[in-house]
Amino acid sequence: MAVQTEIRLTGSGGQGLILAGIILAESAILQGGNAVQSQSYGPEARGGASKAEVIISEEEIDFPKVDKADILLSLTQIALDKYADSLKEDGILVVDSELDIPEDVKASKIVAVPILKTAIEKIGKAMVANIVALGVIQELTNVVSKEYLEKAVLNRVPKGTEELNKKALQEGYNLVKDA
Amino acid sequence: MKSRKVKLMQGNEACVEGAIAAGMRFYGGYPITPSTEIAEISAVKLPAVGGKFIQMEDEIGGIAAAIGGSLAGLKSMTATSGPGFSLKQENLGYAAIAEIPLVVVNVQRGGPSTGLPTAPAQGDVMQAKWGTHGDHPIIALSPSSVRETFDVTVRAFNLAEKYRTPVVILTDEVVGHMREKIEIPDPSEIEIIDRKKPEVDPENYLPYEVKDGELVPPMAAFGDGYRFHVTGLTHDETGFPSNSSEIAEALLNRLMNKINANLDDILDYEEFMCDDAEIVVFSYGSTARSAKSAVKKLREEGIKVGLFRPITIWPFPEEKVYELSKKVKSIIVAEMNLGQLVLEVERVSKGNCKVSHLGKANGEVITPNEIVSRVKEVL
Repeated sequence: MAVQTEIRLTGSGGQGLILAGIILAESAILQGGNAVQSQSYGPEARGGASKAEVIISEEEIDFPKVDKADILLSLTQIALDKYADSLKEDGILVVDSELDIPEDVKASKIVAVPILKTAIEKIGKAMVANIVALGVIQELTNVVSKEYLEKAVLNRVPKGTEELNKKALQEGYNLVKDA
Repeated sequence: MKSRKVKLMQGNEACVEGAIAAGMRFYGGYPITPSTEIAEISAVKLPAVGGKFIQMEDEIGGIAAAIGGSLAGLKSMTATSGPGFSLKQENLGYAAIAEIPLVVVNVQRGGPSTGLPTAPAQGDVMQAKWGTHGDHPIIALSPSSVRETFDVTVRAFNLAEKYRTPVVILTDEVVGHMREKIEIPDPSEIEIIDRKKPEVDPENYLPYEVKDGELVPPMAAFGDGYRFHVTGLTHDETGFPSNSSEIAEALLNRLMNKINANLDDILDYEEFMCDDAEIVVFSYGSTARSAKSAVKKLREEGIKVGLFRPITIWPFPEEKVYELSKKVKSIIVAEMNLGQLVLEVERVSKGNCKVSHLGKANGEVITPNEIVSRVKEVL
């Protein structure tokens, strides 16, 4: 793993991307590393473009925002079109498979998997797409360990939804393994 | 046993944690993005420590309630952003002349007016100093990280109590909303200052009487049995209004002197790699993080550059910046506005070195690369 990994999670407001960013940062801290999480969003509570950023590092993090990302997740076409060129050329692009990937995207790896569909059909809740996406990112990059990611997810999700969220993580891992 | 909790925390949450650790027991406010979490978390946490939270009808009511809370003896705070900070100006002046300890947080967003509600800015720096009318003392502090937000908030309460003055915390959307790793210190490691209470009986209490050699009058709490008058009008030591020019002069001199005679105690700043620097980036709040990153990158290339980061913005660290200006070739002021603290840097540098401005007010942060490029242009 590089000394510093910069991750950008994009989609629309209400998809839980900021929570996903918080969980990722918390798992990095549980693991003993350093992390900063920030976000940008419009004035709307739902809809609109949403972006969460996480920097995971072994060292002090000065600039808290992500410039060029090592990992970019996009769950909506609008977000993908807007942020596709903010990925490093050797970065990893993770998108929902319903999206059209712009032809000029430069990435070392492009992974298109049915994140939203998996959440709805296999888990039965569109809401857990963010957790499925975290599973995908973990399996692909190992940026945080499975152990601490699961711990961080369980720390944050509402009581009574633990099994649901564990299953969502597992389905995320599987999407990459089966791809 | 000392307990240090390590967790991921938001800047606004650290502000409330710091406030409660410092002894805040009253919050009066009106929520506004990007400061809303401060109100939300205060509403949850204050009742748990025996404190009171009240959401008022607007921002003016919010600061007025906080002034009342402080007069009743509780350490009090209000938090807001640009539009609300404008509304609070009148009562900020009231707190200054009536000498009410008070902490006012401004999580800065893009302006003017309702501007850019969810985007960062540092455009309220001059307003913090001059927003309320008339000559008056003000202290303003600007944190750069979540942990520093905690420390600065504790300090804001301590300074407010010690000098009986409103203290403004000028943070910004980036620092307020970002989450980072923070270790909350054990309560035994936190210095807490409380306002001085009167030693005389209620019958002999003059609310604005200062002992020889002192600048801050002891403060009784409403409800303690001390009856006294509080007014925004110029007043004598009894607290009642006066039109006397001598009394006005003495009062204003004392108010200004409380701050100006205690700069060593009030000023706080960080110098990073300034010792041999030929160019210094002057920056504060979240922008200083970009500046530090830029300084590290430039140092790797062997360029002699440093960072000066005021944590106390008002009063302005005049002496320190003047000394710096004699040592370096150039100072670049990086701030998310179109030219505010740069005016102070220019003023106190007295032409000793070149002073230039790197500003932005479009809702975007200033990036490390922008600072790197500017330093190379100046070289």
